[in-house]
Parts: sequence; structure tokens; C-alpha cells
Amino acid sequence: MAEKILMKGNEAIAHGAIRCGADGYFGYPITPQSEVMETLMEEKPWETTGMVVLQAESETSSINMVYGGASTGKKVMTSSSSLGISLMAEGLSYLAGAELPCVVVNVMRGGPGLGTIQPSQADYFQAVKGGGHGDYKMIVLAPASAQDMYDFVGKGFDLAFKYRNPVMILSDGVIGQMMEKVELGEMKPRRTSEEVAQQCPWALTGKHSGRNRNIITSLALDPNVQEKTNQRLQAKYAEIEKNEVICQTYRTEDAEHLFVAYGSMSRICEAVVDQAREAGYKVGLLRPVTLYPYPTANIQALVPQLKSIMAVEMSAGQMVEDVRLAVEGKVPVNFYGRMGGMIPSPDDIFEAFVKSINK
Amino acid sequence: MDIKDIIKPENKVYAKTPILTDAVMHYCPGCTHGVVHKLIAEVIEEMGIQDKAIGISPVGCAVLAYNYIDIDWEQSAHGRAPALATATKRLNPDKYVFTYQGDGDLASIGTAEVMHACNRGENIVIIFINNAIYGMTGGQMAPTTLLGQVTATTPYGRDAKLNGYPMKITELLAQLEGTCYVTRQSAHNPAAVRKAKKAIRKAFENSMMEKGTSFVEIVGTCNSGWKLTPVKANKWMEENMFPFYPLGDMKDR
Amino acid sequence: MKEELIIAGFGGQGVLSMGKILAYSGIMQDKEVTWMPSYGPEMRGGTANVTVILSDKKIGSPILSKCDTAIILNQQSMDKFEGMVKPGGLLIYDPNGITRHPERKDINICSIEAAEESARIGNLKAFNMIVLGAFLKKKPVVSMESVVKGLKKSLPERHHHLIPMNEQAIKIGMDKVVDTNVL
Repeated sequence: MAEKILMKGNEAIAHGAIRCGADGYFGYPITPQSEVMETLMEEKPWETTGMVVLQAESETSSINMVYGGASTGKKVMTSSSSLGISLMAEGLSYLAGAELPCVVVNVMRGGPGLGTIQPSQADYFQAVKGGGHGDYKMIVLAPASAQDMYDFVGKGFDLAFKYRNPVMILSDGVIGQMMEKVELGEMKPRRTSEEVAQQCPWALTGKHSGRNRNIITSLALDPNVQEKTNQRLQAKYAEIEKNEVICQTYRTEDAEHLFVAYGSMSRICEAVVDQAREAGYKVGLLRPVTLYPYPTANIQALVPQLKSIMAVEMSAGQMVEDVRLAVEGKVPVNFYGRMGGMIPSPDDIFEAFVKSINK
Repeated sequence: MDIKDIIKPENKVYAKTPILTDAVMHYCPGCTHGVVHKLIAEVIEEMGIQDKAIGISPVGCAVLAYNYIDIDWEQSAHGRAPALATATKRLNPDKYVFTYQGDGDLASIGTAEVMHACNRGENIVIIFINNAIYGMTGGQMAPTTLLGQVTATTPYGRDAKLNGYPMKITELLAQLEGTCYVTRQSAHNPAAVRKAKKAIRKAFENSMMEKGTSFVEIVGTCNSGWKLTPVKANKWMEENMFPFYPLGDMKDR
Repeated sequence: MKEELIIAGFGGQGVLSMGKILAYSGIMQDKEVTWMPSYGPEMRGGTANVTVILSDKKIGSPILSKCDTAIILNQQSMDKFEGMVKPGGLLIYDPNGITRHPERKDINICSIEAAEESARIGNLKAFNMIVLGAFLKKKPVVSMESVVKGLKKSLPERHHHLIPMNEQAIKIGMDKVVDTNVL
């Protein structure tokens, strides 16, 4: 078995990138995720795998560097935190419109505005429902441990290239800053130019007599053409929804009450489930691992056995809307959240849960 | 004499480079873009680098440049072409990577990207078309619009108090350590066209020599935006643009 | 076995690195660990705290409502964390700079004059290792051998010559820890 190393979630992102054969990282410092680029600079992968690492002049530039790199079929990524992601919104929409694969990490902090550097989950809407302009979707993965941070980089690239679509790893300050054991996987070599040309016939590898020129663009001035593009994108999203949902459950077999929480909050809710079970409540947890596509059917499957659901988030209540859409009013859906960088403790949540079922 | 007697290989004096596609250009008659597109296409043909060239088109009139030059293209968000070029070149050092940007794209919304790409000395080519106006959106003031110049958003002429001064971005970029070749050219007569082509070729050659960024400004006309005939636009450019934006090399090392 | 502790004090006292060494030591004994710091500008001179959990089983929440042990190294942290210790739990503190000593009667309380001892041996940087020694004396959740291995793992090679000094500091902490409230 590979060695297990103690590291922060942010550091795990960097190691995950190097080891999954990423070609490039472009980023700009922002708390609480600066360790991603710091670790990459420390590791100097350009001397070993040839991976390019560059500190850009802004998040705007970072995401556009990602666009440039992805256009050539390379595995490129960036990371930032909330407000930096807001700056990237235009680029994310372009990437989705031009159908470019890439991985974007958001280690969320509290907002709105400059907000706080403490953890938050208030960018759910931004990640899942858009953020940038136009009808587009990103595949959104929600890590709950440093190991997830490591694993999701490679997994994210696989999904990104499978669907030619941006993938976001939606993390938060807890998962980014917390240190845990991480098992590093095998070193995957970067793809050769030949492999890129073969696997990504759309990529800009140089026009030669064997093919027409490749053009990466999200522009279609003719609305008939643009509508067709949109229809193609929607068909792709439907495929993603059909094939790529991931969720985990904990003690749901006989559960009468269900917590729904993702990322760091799913970890805390796991402790609350144990606490509530000891107090005699039949409680379980459903953790969406993919936030888009959302595990709507998995939640619906549990509805017949449930008396109530409680969504727990570090936000004013964002994911809870997708829970409500899933259950269609068949069971009461309650919400507990903290905002602005406050992390609810297991006791806080347990107390809110007891109150919610006794009201 | 029949026309068929004239169309013979031995009578051929000019051929369009095959790197230019047969698509009908959307540019207005009299516009400088078409000429510069042709020069880039010719340089690519003459250097034999069709399979190694990657172009990055901007937002603005030249957004559709990819329809006209037969190489691989990326279409950039407004002003961000130098960021795309940075990653494209760093990840593909064997490619000739160039951006093609207008003055609104490069000198206004994209100031940060062009400054920092040049400052890092990215081994790329930046072709900058300066016609002192936003063409595509209908003739509004650009950062390069001259004082007193009438545009859709300076209907009484550009006033320094209200709008600031025309920006000599090329002079600014020449100050940066990262640029190796910075020049200002035009394409309004045959001699100027020949010089501009030489400058573009030199810039492309530089990009494989790890010398830094090559920046070629081409002062051009926007006769539609300026509301002048093509001939009058050329004259206006010579009389008003060239004194403020003097032609010639600013840096060559 | 599961030990949930909070270490809290001033930035610069080595609070976070003490937690890290403990976490590394846990890994050496094949335990599951989490290390969750407070982060941000407060690390640079203000108050700093870290939550460390060592467990034989997979760890759920890295955030605690209550802790088994609180190691408290300044007054602000005493005010904030004394109440978080579970009844029957342990509170260890350095009385240096403390104006209001812990008052709870339902927990074990120990003091360690780590600031004074580190000054006495002429090595202020040994402060946090002395505190760690006090904790390990009271709760030997990891062995000295694992701590040394953990130090090797967490310190860059150029600092490995400092390991014997750290070991000695841990032993001082073990010797000098004093019970002030025993259940």
C-alpha cells in the first residue's frame, strides 16, 4: 500500500495535479487556498513531469490561461476562492461555451463582497446554477476530506475530457486548511503530443493537410446556429445527469429523518447522526458528492420512509432548494445553516434538528 | 484576344496565398484588417509554419479572423488574448503563437493581460491594430482616440478633462524588460505594407528564439467609424494619427 | 481509542506545529488523524488554535462541540475554551500570563510552567515541546518513539539535528507537570 502522508486539503490538490499527469496550473494567491500554488512551486513539477506552473496577474488572467491551455488539449487547471471565482465567471462561461475541459477548484470563504477568509458554502448557486452568463453547466464535485481533494483532481480531469466540459471542485476553508492522511496514488505520466492529437481531435495541435483547421470559439452570430449549439450542450448535460451522479449515504437503512449535507458539513452531520442515534432518533445522512448532477433520484428513493429532512449548509440555504425540488413537498424539508464564516458544531446542528422535529 | 489566352501560368504575376481562405471578408471596404490578415497569412506561408501556427482572435471586428486564415485558432474573451497566448505557448513551445487585437481589446479592457504577458517576456507575437475607435460596436471612443476626435461616445470631440488622454500603449510596452521587439507600422501604401510585413515576419521569427515578446502595432483606418471615404481616411490618418503615433521601431534587441 | 483536543494560545507559541507533531505521531501508530487550524491574520501574533483528533476509527467531524483535552496557553484561550472540556476531561495550561485560573471542578486540571522552563534551559523555542511533554505524561496517546518518528517526518532534514533537543524538552514537560485539580 502506498505511503500515507499528513497534508492539508490544499496541498493534496497540488499533489493530485502532479500525479494525475496535469499539464498546467495557472493561479493567483487568495486565502484560504494559497497552499495549492505554494505547494506546486515547492515541488517544481516542471523539472520532473514537465508540468507548467505559473502565477498569473489576476484570476481573470488565470482562467483565460486555462482557456488557452485547454484549447490545445492539455490538462490544465486553476484554483481560487469565492471572490476570485466571481472574477473568473466570464471565463467559465466561455470555457463551457467553447466546450473546453478543465478543472477549477473553489475553496469557498464567506461573502458577499470581500467577506471573510473563514469557511463557507455560499457559492453553491454560483457553482451549480451558473455564475457566468448563458445556459451552461459545470460538473461540480464536493470533496469532504483531504483524500477527496487529491482524488477529485484526477477524477475531475477524466470527467472534463469525457464530456469536454469544465469541472469544478467545490471545497471550502475547512477541507482546504485541514490536515489529514492522504494516500498518494501512482504517478500517471503526462500525455504525449501524439496522444493529445489522437484523443482530442478538436484540439489545436497545428493545422496540417490531414484535417481542416480547428477553431475553438463560443461565438455564433447566427441565432439558428447558436440555438443548435445550446441544444447540443443541453443534450450533453442530460447525458451527464444520467451517468455521473455520485452520492453517499450513512445509516439510512431504517432512517426516519434524513440530513442532507455536502463537503465539510457532511462530515459534521455524520457525527450528528451518531449523536442523534444515541439519543434514540432514527437518523441518517445523504451526502451528495456531485452537486451537479444532483442526486435527485437518490433523495426521492428515501422519501417514502422519511418523516423529515434537514439540509445543513454553511450558507443562508442554497442546496436546500434542490432538496425541495427533489421531494416535491412530500416530506417537510427543514434547514439549518450558519453564515459568514461560522462553522456549526455538532451540538448546534443536533439542537436545531430536535427543535425542527418537535415544532 | 480571348480571356483564355491571358489566363496562362506564364502570365501569372500574383496569387493569393493559400493560407488565406476563400471566405468573403466581413470587413468594410477600406478597412486595414484585410491587408494585415493577408500579410500574416503570407508570412505563415513563406515561413512554412501553417502546422505550427496558433492564432488568437480578439473580441471586436477581428473576432472572426479565424474564418480567413487557414490555421488553428482560439477565440478569446475581450482583452484576454495575451493570457490565452501565454498558456498556449508555454504548454506548446514548438508552436508559433500570436494574438491579433484591436485598440479597445488590447489597450482598454485587456491592459493588464498585455502588460503582464509582455513583462513576463512570453515568447509570443502580439499584432495590435490601432484605428483609434471601437469599430464593431459602432464607433465609440477607444483609449487611443485622439483629442478632439468625434466618436459615438465623444460627440463633441474627445476632451481630456472628461475622457483623459489618448494612450500610447506601445511606448509603455517598449519600456518593459520582457519585450524584445516593439514597432509601430502602417499599411496604407505599398511601401508601408512591405515594411509591415517585414516587421511581422521578424516578430514570428523572434518567437522561436526565446528573446521575449514581439509587439507589432499597425496604425490603421476605420473609415466607417471615422465616417470618411477610404481615401480620405488614409489622408486623415497621415495628418492626424502619424504625428501622435509616429511610425518606426521603438525597440529591437 | 479516540482523543479530541484543542490547543490554543498566541500565534508564534508553536500551537499549530505542536498539533502537527501530535498528528504525525498518531500516523506513525497507524491512527486516523485530523488537524484543523484557525487560519488567517490571527496566526501572525494574535490568537491561534488547532483542533487535533486522533482515533482508531475513521473520523467524522473535524469540528468539535466538546473536547477531551484543552491545552491552553493564554488568557483569551482560557476564557474561550475552558467551557469546552467534557466533564471528566483534561485541561492543561501554562500559568504564565494567566490572570484568571481555571475554575471548573468537574475536570482534571494540570499546570506546566513551560515558559519558565524553556527560559531556564535557554531555549524559548522548546516551549511547545515542553507543553507536549506535559500532555503526553497525562495522556500517553502516542509513544515517545512515535513522536520522534513524527518529528523526523514533519521537520525538513536540515532541522533533524534539533530532534534530540525536542526529545529532551518533552521529558522536561513530563517531569514538571503539576496536578492542580484531580477528580
